[in-house]
Amino acid sequence: MDLLEYRATRTKTVGEALEQHGIDRRDFLKLCAAMATLLALPASAAEQLAVALAKARRPSVIWLSFQECTGCTESLTRSHSPSLESLIFDMISLDYHHTLQAASGEAAEAAREAAMKENAGKYLVAVDGSVPMGNPGYSTIAGVANIDVLRETAKDAAAILAVGTCAAYGGLPAAQPNPTGAVAISELIKDKPVVNIPGCPPIPTVITGVIAHYLAFGALPELDALGRPKAFYGETIHDRCYRRPFYDQGKFAETFDDEGARRGWCLFKLGCKGPVTYNACATMKWNGGVSFPIQSGHGCIGCSEPNFWDAGGFYEALSMPAHPLKVGAAAAAAGVAAGAAVTFFNRKKKGAAKAGHETTTLEDLER
Amino acid sequence: MSDRLVIDPITRIEGHLRIEARMAGNVIEEAYSSGTMVRGLELILRDRDPRDAWAIAQRICGVCTLVHGLASVRAVEDALKYPIPPNAQLIRNLMIAAQYVHDHVMHFYHLHALDWVDITSALKADPKATSTLAQSLSNYAKSSPGYFADVQKRLKGFVDAGQLGIFGKGYWGHPAYRLPPEANLMAVAHYLEAIAWQRDAVALHAIFGGKNPHPMLVVGGVPVAISIWPEHQGQGKGPHFRGGQSGTALDVTGLARIQEVIRSIRDFVDQVYLPDTLAIAGFYKDWFKQGEGLGNFMTYGEFPAKGMDDPASFMIPRGAILNRDLSHIEEVDLNAEGEIEEFVSHSWYDYSAGRERGLHPYQGETKLNYTGPKPPYEQLEVEKAYSWLKSPRWKGKAMEVGPLARVLMLYAKGHEQTKELVGMALKKLDLPVAALYSTLGRTAARTLESRIVVDAMQGWYDQLVANIKAGDVDTFNEALWEPSTWPKRCQGVGFMEAPRGGLGHWIVIENGKTANYQAVVPSTWNAGPRDGLGQAGAYEAALKGHAVHDGKQPLEVLRTIHSFDPCIACAVHVVELPGSD
Repeated sequence: MDLLEYRATRTKTVGEALEQHGIDRRDFLKLCAAMATLLALPASAAEQLAVALAKARRPSVIWLSFQECTGCTESLTRSHSPSLESLIFDMISLDYHHTLQAASGEAAEAAREAAMKENAGKYLVAVDGSVPMGNPGYSTIAGVANIDVLRETAKDAAAILAVGTCAAYGGLPAAQPNPTGAVAISELIKDKPVVNIPGCPPIPTVITGVIAHYLAFGALPELDALGRPKAFYGETIHDRCYRRPFYDQGKFAETFDDEGARRGWCLFKLGCKGPVTYNACATMKWNGGVSFPIQSGHGCIGCSEPNFWDAGGFYEALSMPAHPLKVGAAAAAAGVAAGAAVTFFNRKKKGAAKAGHETTTLEDLER
Repeated sequence: MSDRLVIDPITRIEGHLRIEARMAGNVIEEAYSSGTMVRGLELILRDRDPRDAWAIAQRICGVCTLVHGLASVRAVEDALKYPIPPNAQLIRNLMIAAQYVHDHVMHFYHLHALDWVDITSALKADPKATSTLAQSLSNYAKSSPGYFADVQKRLKGFVDAGQLGIFGKGYWGHPAYRLPPEANLMAVAHYLEAIAWQRDAVALHAIFGGKNPHPMLVVGGVPVAISIWPEHQGQGKGPHFRGGQSGTALDVTGLARIQEVIRSIRDFVDQVYLPDTLAIAGFYKDWFKQGEGLGNFMTYGEFPAKGMDDPASFMIPRGAILNRDLSHIEEVDLNAEGEIEEFVSHSWYDYSAGRERGLHPYQGETKLNYTGPKPPYEQLEVEKAYSWLKSPRWKGKAMEVGPLARVLMLYAKGHEQTKELVGMALKKLDLPVAALYSTLGRTAARTLESRIVVDAMQGWYDQLVANIKAGDVDTFNEALWEPSTWPKRCQGVGFMEAPRGGLGHWIVIENGKTANYQAVVPSTWNAGPRDGLGQAGAYEAALKGHAVHDGKQPLEVLRTIHSFDPCIACAVHVVELPGSD
């Protein structure tokens, strides 16, 4: 028996495939309900989701890796719902992915080309890593420069997912002095929808959640001005942080193992960038809800924001913006006063951001 | 077959690797290893707060996601002579050990296994016979006929659906696949189990570091404070008032979860990983006779019982083995001139004093100078520069680093558990000690060291609990946190045994900023190109003499390359030094 022979036989819908895998309708509906919850959709959406999924041939996904560290792929493997195995065996057809695919060299490239041809206009391209524009020799695959691989693969794609801060905004390779001229995917692909899924890496379930949304509704999720899905990047970590009450009370950890640190007081003075970082770490948390950086005692470093590497030291307390509040640098040291001032600032900023679907960035505050 | 074999991309690795080989008939005469991506992180590290360096260095690699961050933290601590509390040392040891086993298991099942396991063959297996096989190897609970029938049904459904995804265009049916259908089905089942297992095993990193990949670290200790008050007797208005329990992830629940993870890691290694390695290896004994290459091995040492400045307390010792001579261990000094040096004769970099000399990491330079063929290209110019990796050498010699080097070092030093485990494995496989110097010897070493590390984890955990019980909840040393307390200029080296081998980060700090940063990384030792003397790197040496059945399906090359567990983003680290640009 040969898999390649099988390939020619027939294709099944997701519904048929699940049935064949011993997943009955009841389990399937449960899965859909869980997905609806994950995506913050009304319960009625679960049925719609079930109908959509049961009909679908697994969409082809081509995953391109450029200037990256494989942290985003590693994150993908940590997803609890949907799990990696559900995703790639039941929901999508991951037709090209350097880290996971069996074939190497020519056969690997042939798999990419076949997927592009068979699914022209319908496949998704996920990209991790930035693209170096300084010299085509800075990053090649099969002797071809990253920019050419990207353009060729994106040409017949339905949409592009820029996974991780490097693909979304340039990330670490683009940090000063950007030695290789690294740029974000959205700077290179202008004729296709690009969804940015930032984070260094993104939360596992956010990566799979965006894909699940696309599968369920055949459309991309609603994005903010920075191209991020609002469902996951709509609010700051600070606004959803379990330590927020201490911030409001002006109770701050002064060092990493003092009494305040042990009681879970606010990490603002230790440099936490939660107030200016839009991500779901504080709500969805990491690795099956076990923890997130702040819960494990380290301030947020703002890793899902553009240019966070160049936005000042990770242990520098955020300074209050001179404009519009003019509270000055002294606010950070002023305990309750700082809490109140920042609360006010955030409420205002958050309102503005929500109205315009924009986000505050560290850069904004540095100005 | 043409006289040039080209494999690019090499998949099921971290990063971007290209292998070219000059063929004589179907035999590899010379192999050339090329890293094809560069980011220039060295330039990015300069002129920043050294306390921030770990986060940047950590992004060298997201697979060995802990180790570059920790090597960086250790480099800063070495430069500042900055001691850390015992609890922080224990927590770091636990995190490193968890990284080893997590990394090794994922490597074995998700990166390496498909070199030995034929997915199509699993469809032909008898689930009942598979169950008998599995139960003869291990007491792992998931080994009933029904379980394997379900896995097979799932696989069949997947294949029947006609979309093969990650298995598409695989080399199924290649004559080099030799496992019986039942062993293939068992391996496929464990491929899936390992995905599920690993995402829970990283809970240890999530508790201590907030997330995985890329857990949080801090110079001077660990970031997570211990949210447990052992002295509190439950009377009156205690510290539970306003915070306290659940203040951080490391509370009583978190501590219990760590214990659960350690148990889960141990069970998976004992019941799945170790038996599978031995079972699969038994069908490929010819791969214990080829694929080693250099015969020189080096370790930096890891798992301090006291501090990093006391190498005698390390569980894994430091040293070098030359020409497979286990009776003599050479001393290795990471600070000494003329020991560790990097060469760029065949790399796309320039050195200010000429491309032929080697530089110690403290004096190292990295100036990007791509002189390769203009993309798109068919073939590299291997007589000239052909890689973004440099060629590190120890006293001028090419060295292999990694699990095989560590197991040999422990074995040579008479480590009891290592001798027992190696003896057990060789006896089961009916092989001599010399079988370790091979492709599968390297793969088996990775499994055996996982067993050693897991046992140590329980000891560190017990010590951490005992410390907390005795009232020691220190996890951070505040003394040298403020840059105002630092000397005007200092330098240091942070080293570790990363999953893929000896890793060193060298830092020079001036006026509170990083003046210089250089990382010499395990996969650079192993995957680097030839040096100016024409000495091949470890991959290149290991591939020499391999017979390749079908150049379009270069399974034999993948077996040996994967046995090193390549991590190429790591290997193209690079750091720029002052005055070099």
